[in-house]
Amino acid sequence: MKKLLSISLLLFVFGKLSAQEIPFVNSSHIKTWKASTSDTLYVINFWATWCKPCVEEIPAFVKLSMNFTDPKIKIILVSNDFKKHIQTHLVPFVKANHIASQVVFMDEPNPNDWIELVDPNWSGAIPATLFIKGNIGFSEFHEGILSYNDLVAILNKIK
Amino acid sequence: MKKYLFTLFLLVGFHTYQSAQEIEKLALSIGVIAPDFNLKGVDGKMHSLANVKNAKGYLVIFTCNHCPFSQAYEDRIIDIHKKFAIKGVPVIAINPNDGDREPEDNFENMVKRAKANHYPFNYLVDNDQNTAKAYGAKRTPHVFLLNAQRKLIYTGAIDDNFEEAKDVKIKYLENAIQLFLAGKPILTPSTKAIGCGIKWKKY
Repeated sequence: MKKLLSISLLLFVFGKLSAQEIPFVNSSHIKTWKASTSDTLYVINFWATWCKPCVEEIPAFVKLSMNFTDPKIKIILVSNDFKKHIQTHLVPFVKANHIASQVVFMDEPNPNDWIELVDPNWSGAIPATLFIKGNIGFSEFHEGILSYNDLVAILNKIK
Repeated sequence: MKKYLFTLFLLVGFHTYQSAQEIEKLALSIGVIAPDFNLKGVDGKMHSLANVKNAKGYLVIFTCNHCPFSQAYEDRIIDIHKKFAIKGVPVIAINPNDGDREPEDNFENMVKRAKANHYPFNYLVDNDQNTAKAYGAKRTPHVFLLNAQRKLIYTGAIDDNFEEAKDVKIKYLENAIQLFLAGKPILTPSTKAIGCGIKWKKY
């Protein structure tokens, strides 16, 4: 069982799948990301299709995923959409914008339970992005929109 | 229309945003006296906290028209006002968003929404966004419960389930108001919630 668990953590196999392949995550995944000791850089963006600045920011992540193909850089887009809108809003958006990065759905009804886990100073306004590279103890959190150049600057800082 | 949208896209795309950290510095913390304001309401009149009669406290809620989270909480905010205004804690709703960046949140549309949804409270526009900055509002909805001296006694979320009012287990805000009215300490004075970031003006 333990082995299974560690393998699933290793592979970042997410929780139950929704009908259209949007894995669900919860506060335990945030804890796992925060506790990562791996040499993979996680770029974890909190967004939603209803959030205009988030939608404006998404192309920067799409561009990042195309230009930085290093498998040690993993972009995870954590959707905070309404659950009832997964099939009607989220899935079509992912398709229409050709998002190849991992899109997951935050399946926690109470944001007060997990916002502080991401960063104690986060107000909960989205978009927000967390950068983690556990093996070098790198962790940076940004509330608000980031441009492609901002993202590249942060990535270059870590290299 | 397309041209307009493109211009809007350019405007939105090329300006820098006031950083969260800059606004954080200005944020009110629990126990601090919140500043009063004098803002125009959808009734066309100016409103300040000092003008609220017989207030035991004030429930200042930064909210807006366009944000789906604000919309999800709209009925709950109306209910809270109906329940607590008569007990001396009325809702004062303030829209802090730049109506140029988000036309759905301009004054004309505020008037329309307040009328259509029969807002029983004042819905004010924070045109220069100084009130939102002074309070440290970050998102909509974002609530600030003040006592009669305008001291901040609760801030954050309304409850623990934005998606379904019927599935709410903890009513953070109502619990805080009840404890306040009963003269008891508020056990959870600060909570976090997801919300739409405030649309700050660009300079």
